Amino acid sequence: MRSPLSAAPVRRALATRPRRIVAGSVAVVLLAAAVLWAARPGEAGFRAEPAMITVRSGPAGDEPVDLDTTFYLPDGASADRRVPAVLLAHGFGGTKESVRSDAEEIAGQGYAVLAWTARGFGRSGGQIHLDSPDHEVRDAQRLLDWLAARPEVRTDAAGDPRVGVVGGSYGGGLALLLAAQDQRVDAIVPMITWNDLSRAFLPESTGGPATSGVFKKGWAGLFFGGGGNAGSGPAGLSGTSAAQPEGNPASAGPPSPAPGAGPGTGSGRAPAGAADPSCGRFAADVCAAYLRIATTGRGDQAAVDLLRRSSPAGVLDRIKAPTLLVQGEADTLFPLAEADANARGIAAAGTPVRVAWFTGGHDGGDGPRNDSDRVKYLTVQWLDHYVKGEGAAPGDDFTYSRIAGFDALDRGLVATGFRTTDYPGLAGDARREVAVTGPAQPVANPPNGNPAAISSVPFAGALGSLLGGVAGDVPGQHARFESAPLDEAVDVAGSPTVTLRAASASGEAVLFVKLYDVDPQGAATLPNGLVAPVRLTGLPADVGAAKPVTVTLPAIVRRVEAGHRLRVVVATSDQAYTTPVEPAVYTVAAGDGPLVLPTVAGEPIPTTAVVWRWVLAGLLAAIAVGLAAVVLVARRRHRRQDSSVHPEYAGTPLAVRQLRKEYADGFVAVSNVDFEVHPGQVVGLLGPNGAGKTTTLRVLMGLTQPTAGEIYVFGRRLVPGSPVLSRIGALVEGPGFLPHLSGLDNLKAYWRATGRPWADAHFDEALEIAGLGDSVHRKTRKYSHGMRQRLAIAQAMLGLPELLVLDEPTDGLDPPQIAEMRRVLQRYATDGRAVLVSSHLLAEVEQTCTHAVVVNKGRIVASGPVEEIVGESPSVLFDVTDPDAARDVLGRLAGVTVLPDAEGQLVVDTNGTARSEVVAELVRAGIGVDRVVPRRRLEDAFLALVGENSRGSGDR
Amino acid sequence: MAQSSSTVGAAAGYRPSATLPFAAEFRRQASRRRTQLALGFMVLLPLIVLVAFQFDSGNDDDGGGGEFSSLADLATSGGLNFTLFSLLVSASFLLVVVVALFCGDTVASEASWGSLRYLLAVPVPRARLLAVKLLVALAYSGLALLLLAGTALLAGTLRYGWEPLRSQVSAQLDPGEGLLRLAAVLGYLAVVLLAVAGLAFLLSVVTDAALGAVGGAVLLWILSSILDQITALGGIRAFLPTHYANAWLGLLSTPVQTDDLVRGCISAIAYATLFWSLAFWRFTRKDVTS
Repeated sequence: MRSPLSAAPVRRALATRPRRIVAGSVAVVLLAAAVLWAARPGEAGFRAEPAMITVRSGPAGDEPVDLDTTFYLPDGASADRRVPAVLLAHGFGGTKESVRSDAEEIAGQGYAVLAWTARGFGRSGGQIHLDSPDHEVRDAQRLLDWLAARPEVRTDAAGDPRVGVVGGSYGGGLALLLAAQDQRVDAIVPMITWNDLSRAFLPESTGGPATSGVFKKGWAGLFFGGGGNAGSGPAGLSGTSAAQPEGNPASAGPPSPAPGAGPGTGSGRAPAGAADPSCGRFAADVCAAYLRIATTGRGDQAAVDLLRRSSPAGVLDRIKAPTLLVQGEADTLFPLAEADANARGIAAAGTPVRVAWFTGGHDGGDGPRNDSDRVKYLTVQWLDHYVKGEGAAPGDDFTYSRIAGFDALDRGLVATGFRTTDYPGLAGDARREVAVTGPAQPVANPPNGNPAAISSVPFAGALGSLLGGVAGDVPGQHARFESAPLDEAVDVAGSPTVTLRAASASGEAVLFVKLYDVDPQGAATLPNGLVAPVRLTGLPADVGAAKPVTVTLPAIVRRVEAGHRLRVVVATSDQAYTTPVEPAVYTVAAGDGPLVLPTVAGEPIPTTAVVWRWVLAGLLAAIAVGLAAVVLVARRRHRRQDSSVHPEYAGTPLAVRQLRKEYADGFVAVSNVDFEVHPGQVVGLLGPNGAGKTTTLRVLMGLTQPTAGEIYVFGRRLVPGSPVLSRIGALVEGPGFLPHLSGLDNLKAYWRATGRPWADAHFDEALEIAGLGDSVHRKTRKYSHGMRQRLAIAQAMLGLPELLVLDEPTDGLDPPQIAEMRRVLQRYATDGRAVLVSSHLLAEVEQTCTHAVVVNKGRIVASGPVEEIVGESPSVLFDVTDPDAARDVLGRLAGVTVLPDAEGQLVVDTNGTARSEVVAELVRAGIGVDRVVPRRRLEDAFLALVGENSRGSGDR
Repeated sequence: MAQSSSTVGAAAGYRPSATLPFAAEFRRQASRRRTQLALGFMVLLPLIVLVAFQFDSGNDDDGGGGEFSSLADLATSGGLNFTLFSLLVSASFLLVVVVALFCGDTVASEASWGSLRYLLAVPVPRARLLAVKLLVALAYSGLALLLLAGTALLAGTLRYGWEPLRSQVSAQLDPGEGLLRLAAVLGYLAVVLLAVAGLAFLLSVVTDAALGAVGGAVLLWILSSILDQITALGGIRAFLPTHYANAWLGLLSTPVQTDDLVRGCISAIAYATLFWSLAFWRFTRKDVTS
């Protein structure tokens, strides 16, 4: 007896639906866990300590100023485990909060990060001195002292912390100036910053001094507004600054070279006593210089000197800290030339310098995601080597990038990175000369610079400037010189140069030179909105007498496609610059030289895509190998498959041995079925509905796996898909036809699927059996049940299989057809062929079959030749007038036993006694006999099953 | 018996590897109205779009819309652009439905007709049955894709001319180069749709209801698309089968943006392999009861 705790009930309990529910729940829980894990808030990994630090600076180092700071200390840092530090400076108009995400990222890399709000901004005290060496730079020196005093910060010597300085724009300028002024700095990463502030705001592109530069009023005004009155900045401008990536917490990662110069963010308390409404928090000297320049549009020497004092240009030779210069290509404020000058100056002192250009900048923001990631990577690599002392030397190769197109998924732009071993500067490592031509053209200078051409709009956002969508020239105010379509693409990287001649009645002219990329449709693009302002003096009145001047255009990185033209436009006005107030007309003509385009042969930087390519290749290889392995295993298993012939059953079409089929839910459909079908036999598998007939046939067809037992067909073990199945024709569980095909086409489609020779099919014989006439050309979906049944039998007979297995073949047939079917089956079982018919109708088996197997509840209850089973049985059914009296009479008869029966009928086992004698005996006893029905064995067996207890075996 | 070793004990002429030939299954499917309608619609769609463009009143209210509006604006600039537009409008849903139809219906419909058990009793080895059915379904899916692109290219070129391929971000591409890019787009779409094909095929094996397999695959695909819109899911989205479905737009820029394409291929192939493996594993073991 099975223990109640045995495995089977448990398995059964887990079977089917409950098991599915369990599996489904597990899957859901796992999925939810994965989602939570991925979406979990990031672990801090550091702690932040805000503090107000008072430092003493100023020219004499005795003016106290409060600096609003936050110190980020990574977890695990202590006096025993000291960590290197990073001083993180923000951009103009920002505060320590604008670099918070960068600070957190760097702290996550294991650095103690000190971020502070520069004097004159936010909650810090003091006034804005524009990174003056006596003020902002000295503040930062005191912060270095503070860092050195922290027990958790690693030091090189007493009072000398191991520190790198990172910052963008205003903060980048500070990094350079601090490194020049304080040798304790170990490495710096200045981003999108200036070399010479006077040149940045008063550019002159023919090499003129800043005093003759053209005032970049657009940017200057923005900054002045940003550093002005507390909480200042026109609302509209604040709005645009909010769109800047700097303060965007989503841009996590090591320092993003964000400009951080958004005006209006510098709100907070005003320093005590700051009363001058025209200067706001600017120091008086800075304010005065700005007011002078902005008023005249010209930089006087004093103003230029003040700006130069805040510029790294003069102190580059003192910078000993290895420097990573990151400069933006989309930057009309501090163009690539600024970083170029810094790089040359620092490298001249023998200090390691690396230059990287990326597609962002003051106009372009962080640039595309993959580009800002590259910058972050470079920054961390630089700090790790030169500050932390980990990792190989980053080297001094030059990397730059170019907008390649849209990212299809994030709807952003995508940049492609390039690399060369040596920094080529702005002149490129090769040059391409393109002739630009055009007649001498008169151009008008509009009074007061209005209307003015638009080249770029500060803070217009990345997309506008990157796509050059905002550029526009005013008719009559510009001259054009155009090249022929390029016959091949040019990869420009650096500052193009062009020569021009100009004439002016006043002898002076302010012009803006721009280089457009014009596609074959005529759409012109001004790369990054960059223009070269020039102020020419000593011009003749007649252009014929003018000397050519060489204009150095701002450096760009751009691929000019083949078929595109290059257009040099010389305009008299630009919204971003101050132009002469007086109206005038100049004449502009092309110079004597060509347009020179510097090119760099950079190799694309392998991105993670390369890794993914290998992953893809690996995946494909793995699939191929896996597929090959599966095929090999399948072959081997196939070969090892028992292909021997069981000698006992070699000539037997079908031998079923102890077949058992138990379903997953524990239901036993067939418990023990054992029979044989021999050549020439028509065997009937007889049983009530649900006896297990169909399950047996299903196993026989290879549709279902038996739980136990074997089936042999001509001595060969039958498993699902055994080739020997091809010798069996079957109709199991009703017909299955493609409804959209005609009967004939269905048979043909079936035979095609067997892959056997066409001639072996014997279509004509099959069709004759089907007897469908012309209906064979109609679609099977229009067939009646009987027609389908006949067609299915015909299909089973296709190829004249040696064993025909038919499940309820007469289902749906009318009596003449049934009679015909009987003849067909009997005829079929000749020439060594055999037929197995299942049925729940006794008469049918009796009339059709030579042999019968009776099954019930998955067991065989009787089997043998039909005559034998059907032959006379010793039992007789009596219908009598008085059953009780008859029972007594019969009980007295020797050898005669009354079988228990119901419903007033007497079933008697005569046991050799002649029926006539039994009847005579009953009559003699005065009992009327209505009926005497001799019973047959098959009926005995079958009725016993069907009549008494056909319930409970279930629907099989 | 004088039979080759591979057909031991089988009827004369029977070889397991010759059962259900590709051509036979191809014909089985070709005769279905469903197949004919799906393929016919692939031909019809570009023509409908073409006619629709004829109603262009000219006052296009260009309210942005990214690459879609740019491709729509450029659709009439040449045959190549027209083809690109046709692909764009059908890639996200129509092609998914068509592929799900071909791959999801193939086994489930046989099961629902009852003809599956007769194929297995031929016997067609189960793995072979599945492999042939899968290959034929994929062949029809590919054919649908080619028909769509081919018709669009033919009709578009006849109507708008053999012009260079234009897009907003890249320089215009010579027709030859543009055709190459178009072929690459088609190739990538085909790879991405493998994931749909895998899912539909798996469902087709699991269920006997053809509608359930096709509808289930489309439904799950839409669900994945919706989840992909939720940026809060962050990195999880990269594991959604639809995440890289639009990466083919990267093929329009110069140089070609392949990063997402490669990742998309990995995702689609991995999903397809997983689904197909499950389908084979299940089908070669299950009791066919239909």
